[in-house]
Amino acid sequence: METILSHPLFLPFVMTLVIVFGFPLLAGYMVLVERKVLADLQVRLGPMRVGPHGFLQPIADAVKLLIKEDIIPEDSDKSIFWFAPMISTFTALTSFAVLPFSASLRVADVNVGILIVSAMSAVGILGIILGGWASNSHYSLLGALRSAAQLVSYEVALALALLSGVMAAGTLSMVQIVKNQQSQGLWFVFDNFGFMIVPFVCYMIAAVAETNRAPFDLPEAESELVAGYHTEYSGFRWALYFLSEYAAMFVVSSVMVTVFWGGWLRPFPNVNWLEIPFNYAFPAILFIGSGVWCFPMSKRLPYAPHRLFLIVLALILIGIGGLFLIPMVNLAIIDIFWFFFKVSVAIYSLIWVRGTFPRFRYDQLMNIGWKVMIPTALGAIFVNALIGMAKS
Amino acid sequence: MLDAVFFYTFALMTLTGAVLTITRKSAVHSAIWLIVSLLGVAGLYLLQQAEFLFAVQIVLYIGGIMVLFLFVIMLVNLDEAAKQRQFNNQRWIALGCAVIVGAEILYVLAKGTASLSLPAPAAAPAAGGNTEQIAVSLFRDYLLPFEAASLLLLAAIVGSVIMAKRRA
Repeated sequence: METILSHPLFLPFVMTLVIVFGFPLLAGYMVLVERKVLADLQVRLGPMRVGPHGFLQPIADAVKLLIKEDIIPEDSDKSIFWFAPMISTFTALTSFAVLPFSASLRVADVNVGILIVSAMSAVGILGIILGGWASNSHYSLLGALRSAAQLVSYEVALALALLSGVMAAGTLSMVQIVKNQQSQGLWFVFDNFGFMIVPFVCYMIAAVAETNRAPFDLPEAESELVAGYHTEYSGFRWALYFLSEYAAMFVVSSVMVTVFWGGWLRPFPNVNWLEIPFNYAFPAILFIGSGVWCFPMSKRLPYAPHRLFLIVLALILIGIGGLFLIPMVNLAIIDIFWFFFKVSVAIYSLIWVRGTFPRFRYDQLMNIGWKVMIPTALGAIFVNALIGMAKS
Repeated sequence: MLDAVFFYTFALMTLTGAVLTITRKSAVHSAIWLIVSLLGVAGLYLLQQAEFLFAVQIVLYIGGIMVLFLFVIMLVNLDEAAKQRQFNNQRWIALGCAVIVGAEILYVLAKGTASLSLPAPAAAPAAGGNTEQIAVSLFRDYLLPFEAASLLLLAAIVGSVIMAKRRA
C-alpha cells in the first residue's frame, strides 16, 4: 500500500481518473450555471422543475442523452462520423493533463505545457471539421468550413497573446509560470506597468472565438445553420461534442487564470498579513454566506421535497465553509479553492459576454481576427519585450 | 524496453499512415492517414526528448497545414475529382526508377557498413531544456539564415496574395 501511494505515477493516475470521470459532471453543472445566468440576464427563471431551482437538471439531461437513439445518417461517411466526436473529446480532455490545479495537484508538469494546450486545441479542430464533413449535409459542411477558418485565424491571435505572458514568465511550463508570478509577487496581468492588460484582453477575445461561443459562434449559428457542424449528431455522440465544448471552455479559462491571474495563488501572494482575510475569511464567508442564503430561498419553493433538498444543500455548503476555518484542512484545499474560484470568474465572464453581445457577421469576424487582434497582439509583444528589457 | 515499445508503435503509425495516404481513394481519408503519419513523427520527436519539436509539429502540421488541406478538400467536389484520371499508366517506368534508387541505397549502405556503428549515447542535454537550446541556436547562432527564411516566406505570402487578387 505504502509503495503504491508513494509511486511517482500514483498522483497523475488518480488525477487522470478524477478528470475523466469528474469533468462530465462538472460540465453538466457548467451548463446549468450557463442556463441560469443567461436566464437571469434575460429576466427569466431558467430551469426550475428538476430539483430545487433546477439543481438536478444536468443529471436528467445526461440520462436523456445516454438513452437517446444514436442516429447515423444513411449517406454519411460512417467511420469518420463515428470517430470525429472522439477526436474532440480526447483532445479537450488531454489538455487537462498540463493544468496545474494547485502547487502539487496536477497530472504532469511538462516543459512545454502551454504548447501542449495549444497543440491539443489545434487537433481538436479536426474533430469539428471531420464531423461536419462526414455528416454529408449542407448545414454541417458550412458550419465545419466556418469553424475551420475561424479557429485557424483566432489561434494565431491566441498564441500571440499568450506569448506576452510567456515572455514575462520566461518559461513554457504552466507550473513554473505560476511560481514566477509568486516570486515576482505580481499577477502577470498587472505586469510591465499595466501594459500586460493588452495581451490579456486579446487573449480573452480570442478565447471566446476559439471556444465557438457567442458573439463568435458562427460555426453553429442556429438562426442560419440549424446547429452547424453537429446538426446531424444526436444522443451520445452529440453529448461528446457538447462535453468537448465545455472542456475547451474550462481549459481556456484555466490557461488564462494560470498565465495572467496567478494560477492557484491568492491575491497579493507575498503580503503575509492578508493571509487571514483571503485564505480564511473569504472562502468561509463565500460558502457559509451562500449556504445561509439558501434558507430564505427554500421558504419560497412551492414543493416540499425541493424545500428539504435545498436545506440539505445549504447545510452542506455551510459545512464546506466550516472546513476552510480548520488550519490543517485549509492548507490542503486553499490552492484548489483559489484556482477554481478564478476559473469560475473567468467562465462567468464568458457567459456574461454571450448573454450581452449579438453575433458578428462573418466578414466582421474575419476583420476583427486579422486586422485588429493579430496586429494588436503583435504590438503588445513588441512593447512588452521593450519594457521587460528595460526592467531587467 | 518501454522506449522500444513506443518507438515501434510510433514507427508503425508513421509508416502505416504514409502507405494508406497514397492508397486510399477518398481524399479526406488520405488526409486523415497523413495526419496519423505526422502524429507518429511527432511521437518520435517526443521519444528523442525534443518536446518543443513535438508540440510544434502538432501545432503547425496538424493544426495548421492539415486543417487547411481538409478545408480545401471539402471545397472540392470529391465525386467529380474521383472521375478524373488519377493515375497515369507509367507504372513500369516508376517501378524501374524505384528499383534503381533502392539498388543505389543498398550499394551505399553495403559499402559504408563499417562506419555504421552506433556512437556512444550523447550526453544528457544541458540543463535548461530543449526549448532554450533551440532558441539559442535559432536566434543567436543561426540568426541570419533564420531571417533569410522568414523573408522568403514573406515574399511567398505577398506573391500568393497578389496572384489571388489578379484573378479576381
